[in-house]
Amino acid sequence: MTALLSTEELCMYFGGVRAVDRVNLAVAEGELRCLIGPNGAGKSTFFRCLTGQYRPTAGRIRWRGRDITGADSFAIARLGIGIKTQVPSLFEGLTVVESVILAQRRRHGEADARRRAMAVLERLGIAGLAARVVAQLAHGQRQLVELAMVVAPAPDLILLDEPTAGMSVEETGRAATLIRELNRAHALVVVEHDMQFIKAIASTVTVFHQGRVLVEDSVARVLADPRVHDVYLGRSIAMPGTEGG
Amino acid sequence: MTGRRPTAEIAAAVVLAAAAIAVLPRVLELFALINATVYASMAVLALSLGLVWGFGGILCFGQAAFFGLGGYGYAVAALNVADTTWAVPIALAVPAAAAALLGYVMFYGRISDVYMGVITLTVTLILFNFTNSTAGDQWRIGAAPLGGFNGIPSTPPLNLPGDPGNPLPPERIFAVAVVCLAACYILGKLVLRSRFGRVVVAIRENERRAELLGYDVRRYKLGIFTLGGFMGGLAGLLFANCVFVSPTMFSLFYSGQIIIWVMVGGLGTLAGPIIGAVLLQALTTWAGTLPAVNPSLILGAVLVAAVLALPKGLLPTAAAALRRLRRRDAAP
Ligand SMILES: Nc1ncnc2c1ncn2[C@@H]1O[C@H](COP(=O)(O)OP(=O)(O)OP(=O)(O)O)[C@@H](O)[C@H]1O
Ligand SMILES: [Mg+2]
Repeated sequence: MTALLSTEELCMYFGGVRAVDRVNLAVAEGELRCLIGPNGAGKSTFFRCLTGQYRPTAGRIRWRGRDITGADSFAIARLGIGIKTQVPSLFEGLTVVESVILAQRRRHGEADARRRAMAVLERLGIAGLAARVVAQLAHGQRQLVELAMVVAPAPDLILLDEPTAGMSVEETGRAATLIRELNRAHALVVVEHDMQFIKAIASTVTVFHQGRVLVEDSVARVLADPRVHDVYLGRSIAMPGTEGG
Repeated sequence: MTGRRPTAEIAAAVVLAAAAIAVLPRVLELFALINATVYASMAVLALSLGLVWGFGGILCFGQAAFFGLGGYGYAVAALNVADTTWAVPIALAVPAAAAALLGYVMFYGRISDVYMGVITLTVTLILFNFTNSTAGDQWRIGAAPLGGFNGIPSTPPLNLPGDPGNPLPPERIFAVAVVCLAACYILGKLVLRSRFGRVVVAIRENERRAELLGYDVRRYKLGIFTLGGFMGGLAGLLFANCVFVSPTMFSLFYSGQIIIWVMVGGLGTLAGPIIGAVLLQALTTWAGTLPAVNPSLILGAVLVAAVLALPKGLLPTAAAALRRLRRRDAAP
């Protein structure tokens, strides 16, 4: 079966920096994949290549087998790929509901668009924020608004770059539930640093290191892999499951 | 805010326009009425930049280019056809096409904002220099001499469609200008309320996000820029009907002034630029009557004061003050 999204020897170099280096990665329909790796491993750059924000130096990107390397961002989005960027990217001056209506990118009538947008907001538990201007929201709320905008057009694949950054423990727990729920209808690739969170959403994990794929395996095996420990060594990230568990 | 229907604003525009047409020609002397027509054309020009800059987020230093092209387009066409009605589509098509072409190069060439400012300004200055150098008999288009520095003084005014022997008197030209201004305002409101306009505003807010949601940003920018060029051209057409066209229309002075009108009136509003244009024009005219004062100096002082005191512009500041007052009234 052809993968939903796959890369072949994908490279993105900035001068001498090999941010993404010959990455082969395939995401199946309906899959929930986690992408981890230390700072500067190339995770965000990889996402930028997938969404057409960077033109890869070499290699191919395929969507359902079709070559989409070098396509424009908007064209890739229309194929059904949504992204939540690492730094929230929002329409600061617009209201929450207007942002979600725009994100739907549909041409049906005003009332219908509004109803659908409200349904998305309710699903994410932020219907109460509908009339608020985005710029006035707290950090965790902004993350959820961006998530709502990504979910609204019902993409086949959702890329989430550190969705829980800056969230409280409680918000993180809710986000984990939400991601599992989203996974019923969408394939997801989630970049995360929080191992607890990764265990909670349990899936295949791909480990990036210096632009390359170091390991790709189940959560349990990845967490037990000494190579993964090596690349995270010196980092304060907690590696649950290592302390005899 | 975005969900509100702009019916009240549209009704207000219609009423104000009707009142202006009914009252001003009776109370103003001919000279003042012609001046009022000039104000109306300037207001259309300010509105055009208000749309492009305030909502499209495109700082165009060359809105005067479309103003001049509309004026010259009208003058040249009007001198070549018997019925000046036919000069209207030409006068509107030329600046709109120029904006579309320039916009295509800039937006599809993915030129950065800074260079966009440079390019629009350069195009305006090229037109300024070109029209200035068209003195002499060899520079004519059909029956229309371009006249170089002096411009085209004898432009025939609009006539009733199909009635070329009957040029409109100044009161009628004034009415046409006011109707055009109201129409542009209403068009602006409707555009901003449409799906297209809402995407344009979203792009102003965050271009990358719009792109990542699947909007082809270039198309929307081209659309709003072309609409702005069209409106700027209409302003030029009106101007040609009450003053006369000359290279000054392309000058740095005009390009700069339009930006000031929009800033002082309020970026991101439609009524603001209109108010800014009328007030500052009136101020400039008044300053011109003072002995030994340079009107540009006064305009500059007003700009500095306005930017310092009302960074958001007149209209948004006034609206916010009004809202605060109302809330205080409602509180107890
Ligand atoms: N536009 C750019 N120009 C030059 N170098 C870049 C650019 N973008 C990223 N890099 C470099 O590419 C490497 C990978 O960066 P990237 O942001 O993709 O890492 P990351 O895995 O997302 O890290 P983090 O966990 O900190 O978000 C880094 O060394 C970074 O400095
Ligand atoms: Mg990153």
